[in-house]
Amino acid sequence: MTWEIVIGLEIHTQLSTQSKIFSGASTAFGAEPNTQACAVDIALPGVLPVLNKGAVERAIKFGLAVGAQIASRSVFARKNYFYPDLPKGYQISQFDQPVVGQGALTIQVEPLSGNEKPYEKVVRITRAHLEEDAGKSLHEVFRDFSGKGLTGVDLNRAGTPLLEIVSEPDMRSAAEAVAYAKATHSLVRWIDICDGNMQEGSFRCDANVSVRRMGEEKLGTRREIKNLNSFKFLQQAIEYEAQWQIDTLESGGKIQQATVLFDADKIETRAMRSKEDAHDYRYFPDPDLLPLEILPQWIEEIRRGMHESRESMRKRFIEEYHFEPYMANSLVADRDRAVYFDSFWKHYIPMVVGKEDSAVSGANWAMIEIGAMLNLSGLSITQTPITPEAFAVLVARIVDGTISHKIAKEVFGYMWAGEGSADAIIEAKGLKQVSDVGALEKIIDEVIAANPAQLAEYRAGKEKVFGFFVGLSMKASKGKANPTQLNDILKRKLAP
Amino acid sequence: MIPYSTYLKKASVTASVTLKKVANPMSINMNDVYKIARLARLAITEQEAQAAQAQLTTIFNLIEQMQAVDTTGIQPMSHAQDATQRLREDRVSEIDQRELFQTLAPQVERNLYLVPPAIE
Repeated sequence: MTWEIVIGLEIHTQLSTQSKIFSGASTAFGAEPNTQACAVDIALPGVLPVLNKGAVERAIKFGLAVGAQIASRSVFARKNYFYPDLPKGYQISQFDQPVVGQGALTIQVEPLSGNEKPYEKVVRITRAHLEEDAGKSLHEVFRDFSGKGLTGVDLNRAGTPLLEIVSEPDMRSAAEAVAYAKATHSLVRWIDICDGNMQEGSFRCDANVSVRRMGEEKLGTRREIKNLNSFKFLQQAIEYEAQWQIDTLESGGKIQQATVLFDADKIETRAMRSKEDAHDYRYFPDPDLLPLEILPQWIEEIRRGMHESRESMRKRFIEEYHFEPYMANSLVADRDRAVYFDSFWKHYIPMVVGKEDSAVSGANWAMIEIGAMLNLSGLSITQTPITPEAFAVLVARIVDGTISHKIAKEVFGYMWAGEGSADAIIEAKGLKQVSDVGALEKIIDEVIAANPAQLAEYRAGKEKVFGFFVGLSMKASKGKANPTQLNDILKRKLAP
Repeated sequence: MIPYSTYLKKASVTASVTLKKVANPMSINMNDVYKIARLARLAITEQEAQAAQAQLTTIFNLIEQMQAVDTTGIQPMSHAQDATQRLREDRVSEIDQRELFQTLAPQVERNLYLVPPAIE
């Protein structure tokens, strides 16, 4: 019997505002406990929430990026439950009138098993709504005089703005769920609404997983895996959970709807002990907040201020720069990198007209080189000391034969150190490739004369020795010989 | 969709709506009352529960009568005031008042508010 896995994700993205969604307290990560929890956040009597414009703006940006309808009027609701890190006794969220309506996201799926090909898929987004985060509870850290464990509460996180993005149950494997989560992660960073820092909890996933027999239309009973904060855990949790459900059903059991937690150490999911009415949240419109009205002018203003979309850039890279799709995909994984190389190519193309073949390998070299340097220096691409334009000139000098790859690496080092433009460095340090036939012939003659034994071997048919001569001649030219010319001259001179 | 306020302002609409007694009033049983009390973390005696049952039934009946009014095309009312939310600029305006706030808390240690154990 074959089974189909059905997955929907709820992703909580922490919006990158300076202040909280309903108060003027700071959202900076890592502050001393409770120093960023103001009267509104700790729910002192008499306080009122005031909605943060920055949070709404970010929600609108997301809606525009996934082609969703932005609600002209949306409503905040109270989600009621009791927990110490939720001092009001309710979370302000949105229920039946969320700010972002239906949208869609195109994802690139890399199957987890090696023999399947990558493919594209569209995942529908049901809605996205604004809400506030709760505080943090530290269990079993403290004891009272009788030795009973107490819970410590830090309310710094209480009131941090979240955008909860809910997908349709459109994913059919852990690989698809991971691809969707990654695409969302990359999108929210692309449009600058969330820093995407998963260690700090800025991006967390809940996965709704169910299974059904292949061909069955009715959805199976789902279990919700809570709080997955890494793509690896997301994958492992879904794989374990789906297999568990299949095993349970195949051995005649039934699936009960439940909330489960993923144990990353044991790599398994476990149902939470929760009371039967734990999910009766009794939502109702929050009387402390008026309906949120979003006028078309505001949406337009935000639309105009948005960066080119990832999808449009990806398409442009393939069409304008003739990138292989896999390369375009990897370039647009990060917006800063994409913007850098977009600018690089804009300057580079006019300089390498007619030499397209070597231009591509030159650009590949450039990407590898700068990637390595960024890793080494721990800088981000926005901090590189070399502008895309200056970098394009350097690579163009490889393509037009002024310098070799090897010398280019050296020049790159000087440029990184701030010693000037590629042309100025090549000039000042005398690094220009020697393409003067006379000069090259002289070097080669000397090398051949100094190695009669190897010459005899080569002429006796041992062709490997050719490399020996190339190496020596290149060394004698201090790396500046034009490699193609050097090869030609050597071949001619070594011939019997 | 027209806002409810416009609807109300329309010539004497309010006056023309008369609430009729519903034939089969919705009833709320004692179990419902206890459940609602539990959700709200209210400890109530049987006597209080009975009083609450009577009061809640009255409220439900009123709602049922209101549901008889034709509200087609009228935007649901989500706030008593006919206004929209004013937004605050995204700026940090609060200073740290932890020390002051924590004087109100029954128990504080290492800057955390301490509460009875809560593990789910």
